[in-house]
Amino acid sequence: MTAESTLSAAPAAPTTAPQDAPPPGTTPPAPARGRRRAWDEVPRWQIYLPLGIYLLFTLVPFYWILLFALRPAGSTSLVPWPMTSAHFEKVWNERSFGVFFQNSLLIGVAVLVMTTVVALAGGYALARFDFRIKKGFMLALLCSQFVPGALLLVPLFQIFAELRMINSLGSVIIAETVFQLPLSMILISGFIRNVPYSLEEAAWVDGCNRFHAFRIVVLPLLRPGLVAVGSFAFVHAWNHFLFALMFLSSQDKQTIPVGLNTLMGADSVDLGALAAGGVIAAVPVVVVFAFIQKWLVTGFSAGAVKG
Amino acid sequence: MASAVTPPPRAVPARARRRTGATPRRLPYLLIAPAGLLMLGFIAYPVLSVFYYSLQHYNPTKPWRNGFAGLDNFTRIFTDDPHFWGTLSFSLKWVVVEVTLQLLFGLALALIVNQTFVGRALGRALVFSPWAVSGVLTSAIWVLLYNSQTGISRYLADLGLGSYGTSWLSDTATVFPAAIVADLWRGVPFFAILILADLQSVPKDLYEAAEVDGAGRIRQFVHITLPHIRDAIVLSTLLRAVWEFNNVDLLYTLTGGGPAGETTTLPLYIAHTSVDAHNFGYASALTTVAFVILLFCSMVYLRLSKFGGDGK
Repeated sequence: MTAESTLSAAPAAPTTAPQDAPPPGTTPPAPARGRRRAWDEVPRWQIYLPLGIYLLFTLVPFYWILLFALRPAGSTSLVPWPMTSAHFEKVWNERSFGVFFQNSLLIGVAVLVMTTVVALAGGYALARFDFRIKKGFMLALLCSQFVPGALLLVPLFQIFAELRMINSLGSVIIAETVFQLPLSMILISGFIRNVPYSLEEAAWVDGCNRFHAFRIVVLPLLRPGLVAVGSFAFVHAWNHFLFALMFLSSQDKQTIPVGLNTLMGADSVDLGALAAGGVIAAVPVVVVFAFIQKWLVTGFSAGAVKG
Repeated sequence: MASAVTPPPRAVPARARRRTGATPRRLPYLLIAPAGLLMLGFIAYPVLSVFYYSLQHYNPTKPWRNGFAGLDNFTRIFTDDPHFWGTLSFSLKWVVVEVTLQLLFGLALALIVNQTFVGRALGRALVFSPWAVSGVLTSAIWVLLYNSQTGISRYLADLGLGSYGTSWLSDTATVFPAAIVADLWRGVPFFAILILADLQSVPKDLYEAAEVDGAGRIRQFVHITLPHIRDAIVLSTLLRAVWEFNNVDLLYTLTGGGPAGETTTLPLYIAHTSVDAHNFGYASALTTVAFVILLFCSMVYLRLSKFGGDGK
């Protein structure tokens, strides 16, 4: 039982990590009359106990940041009562999170649109045509997964300086899109491959041209996949930190993660402001996450990741 | 479920199966052109320029020393750099510990939420939620948890555990596990999501057959589940390892590589060298070395794990 034995033997993570969680999926081997059992019938406590412990580890940090954002400065109470919005007002106005929020939103939406459109075109070509450089192109897509954006900061900076795009949101939009493209394209071409070609061919027979057939036949079927890919792109762009830190210098161009970093770097960290800023940073992502959650798993299992 | 929902196939006349002549040969090239050009300009070209600068002395603040350097930068890395080996070994330690723990907890979590139980949808959503949280926000959250005045240690001390004023992030003895836990919090859901996706594709009748043959749950796991999800595990560990190696967001903001350089990874060191010290030439050489190490380790890993083997 490799997984379980290693699980308990793993270097114990401190604090709340569920070290003592009973390993899932392993009870003593089924009793002799196990034949009647449904294959997935596991004693309830073996599900709820480890899950509960893990949930504690997951949710306490979320609670912690809400607590700090909502309780008055100096309070040490463990419930956010009396509640105050002072931290939010301060961060939004004095620390310009209102401006950062707009910038981040603009970047996120632009990256979402560009990534989806460009990856859709490329993904369609990869799924539906055989052409000479296809193998090489696929290989390039895979290899690009190994290229660390963080290590290309300097040449990218030089390129954007050459294009006179330093301190413009466009530089971050392009950089985020480019690093988002390869995986998006691989995923989308997988989704398209799962739509039978015969559907498109039938539409041609009915007089559609290729583009029209794609739009009315394939596109509607791709919607869940596109929602997933677009959401990944948005969340990544919203979250990413280094490109914005490097390419955007003036205060009015900064993004939320850079703003958070500034709050953390201050000499004496204003914890209430930091927590409120964090909550602001989390809101759009939580909304998107709630929206795509049900597609998250199935989107991946469409076989796309395995290529 | 992207594509599982296909409308019932319509009757297709036999001649429609032939390609319509309407597709110009250039179409696929036109379609991949935008992506291809973007990647050429903003990935391939920067990579090549990193290779080029690795052979140069290049420091915009000291222009009088710029020029061809040959292999100088590389010899300096391996023989005369007080930070290279330390940051490299910390990087490897970080990646190995993170990926191993994330895989184990992620696998366990995926197996749990793959069961049928009341509240499963909510449980999944909550358990997966840190996946979407950024490295910087993770740092912010854990800075709040770890701070010495009002962090979790204060309340633990109230309960008689530990002492007041403990700051896990500024003590060299505790900073590593503290950072590991913070990154685990965000990283475990990634594995759980990918593995769960794969678990759902294991045909249920395999388990039923094993059941009939009297195989217990442990043996079912070893002989059915594990082989089935092996490729997914190999691929996700590899992607994650590369990602953990390259990712600087969390450590940059959580510890800044400190205390006393204790948590500086190689990419963090490179970022400091290029951004703060403006030593682009030397940073490029370091980057090149990091590339080669990554590529080499990835190939060895894929070879050892026999990825895609077993008649796939």
